[in-house]
Amino acid sequence: MADNIFQVSDLRVDVPDMTRKPLFGAAPRLEILKGISFEIPRGAVLGIVGGSGSGKTTLGRTLVRLAEPSAGRILFDGKDIAHLSDAGMRPLRSRIQMIFQDPLSSLNPRLTVGRTIAAPLNAGAGDPRVGEALEHVGLPAHFARRYPHELSGGQRQRVGIARAIAMRPDFILADEIVSGLDVSSQAQVLMLLEKLVAELGLTLAFISHDLSVIRRLCSRVVVLRSGEIVEDAATADLFERPQHPYTRELLDAIPIPDPSVRW
Amino acid sequence: MSAFLEIRGLSARLAGTGQRLLRSVDISLPVGAVRGLVGESGAGKSMIGKAVLGVLPKAVEIMEGEILLDGQDLQKVKPAERRRLVGAKVALIPQDPLTALNPSRRIGPQITDRLVDILGWTKASAAKRALEVLAEVSIPEPERIMRLYPHELSGGMRQRILIASAFAAEPRLIVADEPTTALDVTVQKQILKLISALQSRHGTALLFVTHDLGVVSKVCDTLSVLYAGKVMEDTTVERFFAAPRHPYSKALLAATPRHTDPAASLLPVPQAVIDGAMAEVAAADAAWSAHGG
Repeated sequence: MADNIFQVSDLRVDVPDMTRKPLFGAAPRLEILKGISFEIPRGAVLGIVGGSGSGKTTLGRTLVRLAEPSAGRILFDGKDIAHLSDAGMRPLRSRIQMIFQDPLSSLNPRLTVGRTIAAPLNAGAGDPRVGEALEHVGLPAHFARRYPHELSGGQRQRVGIARAIAMRPDFILADEIVSGLDVSSQAQVLMLLEKLVAELGLTLAFISHDLSVIRRLCSRVVVLRSGEIVEDAATADLFERPQHPYTRELLDAIPIPDPSVRW
Repeated sequence: MSAFLEIRGLSARLAGTGQRLLRSVDISLPVGAVRGLVGESGAGKSMIGKAVLGVLPKAVEIMEGEILLDGQDLQKVKPAERRRLVGAKVALIPQDPLTALNPSRRIGPQITDRLVDILGWTKASAAKRALEVLAEVSIPEPERIMRLYPHELSGGMRQRILIASAFAAEPRLIVADEPTTALDVTVQKQILKLISALQSRHGTALLFVTHDLGVVSKVCDTLSVLYAGKVMEDTTVERFFAAPRHPYSKALLAATPRHTDPAASLLPVPQAVIDGAMAEVAAADAAWSAHGG
């Protein structure tokens, strides 16, 4: 119990379905997450996988309380944060960080890399923690003076990672962070995450639609389909003995880069 | 064997800065064959497809080279004639099915317009053909779908419509520019199988632009690996995956994660390989300047 950094039970999110709202009266509710329960053990890398519209991003955003659930409990380190106010969340924010999908739109174009990393620390760009974070992600210290447009996609994503780890968080949510990258930058970012998880003892939730990447990085996987968890298993088990037909369908659809493996 | 599409020594640059985009690209595609164009972003793979279709951005200037379509050099024909030729023989399956369809028009006319306006079909025969191809891409109730708007359909359905639209005029060549990148894996598989089935049934040549080596191994016969606008390796799919020759090809394969082999070390493309590829690119440029560019 004490070993779970997150314990989620019966998490529900629904939104008004404005496309079916009658002229008068309330819109019908559209269920995005239909009662989800799972745990994230401390130090684990949890993969969250599913097709588009399965609710994986909503799940991530609710977990870090960028969205409020309509029902259910989210225990973070034993404390229920499901309906905590903004002020109540504030002391916890530094312990929960996010890395976003598109590094170009999640970095302020008018801030240097150094100021970007220093901003959440309430420090200046010269703070030693900035150089340390850059070093962790394998960028030279002089990158602190660069602007996002001067960086490649892979380098920008490293800055996003540096900003997250500089806070020394207990938990990081990474939402599709390699899907916009070329294979070579993707490989670099994946290896970097593997290294950081091992070195800093991070707990990571990694949202992706790419099962090959999940297999590489994650220790445990939950498979989402239309707002429900259809399978929750250790990575090796999931890939070798998938239980749910949807998981098998997902696995079966991955194009393995080998022409002798027919579809 | 005469190739249906033959690109010889195609070089292109950005008009303003002079930045080189394609460097002496040679590509040959026989009738009914499938060639993958692979590479990372900025390698020039989409640029080649656009050059064939004649839809390069205005800022891109072709410096030299030939694009032979069915034996005819597209660089030498008048623009109007070129549009007619390409319109009749070549079609495009674009990447993003949402932006490729006009959101304010019904599906039906978006398929038939090209047949009527460019190829001179009658409206009735175009509508009949549209129903045929929609049925061929397994769209249920094609009559009803023709009257819907793009937003009423899922991503996979929209991509099926674009495939139907591409095959509608029986083109001899289709340029598919990352046609499944925006789709889920399960939908991707259906769409790729559909493209392959239609391609082999109609004997259409296919130029398949993608960054995904897994997709290449399922769809293509041959492939060209591009880096910085230069073809690094031109080989068959079997040979490429069994024994890639060029260091850059090897590096790309090593950087691709495989879920069937999680223990295999994942290697980013090493700097030495990039430097080697850059040296080849520089040599290609030097050769071009030496012969009088």
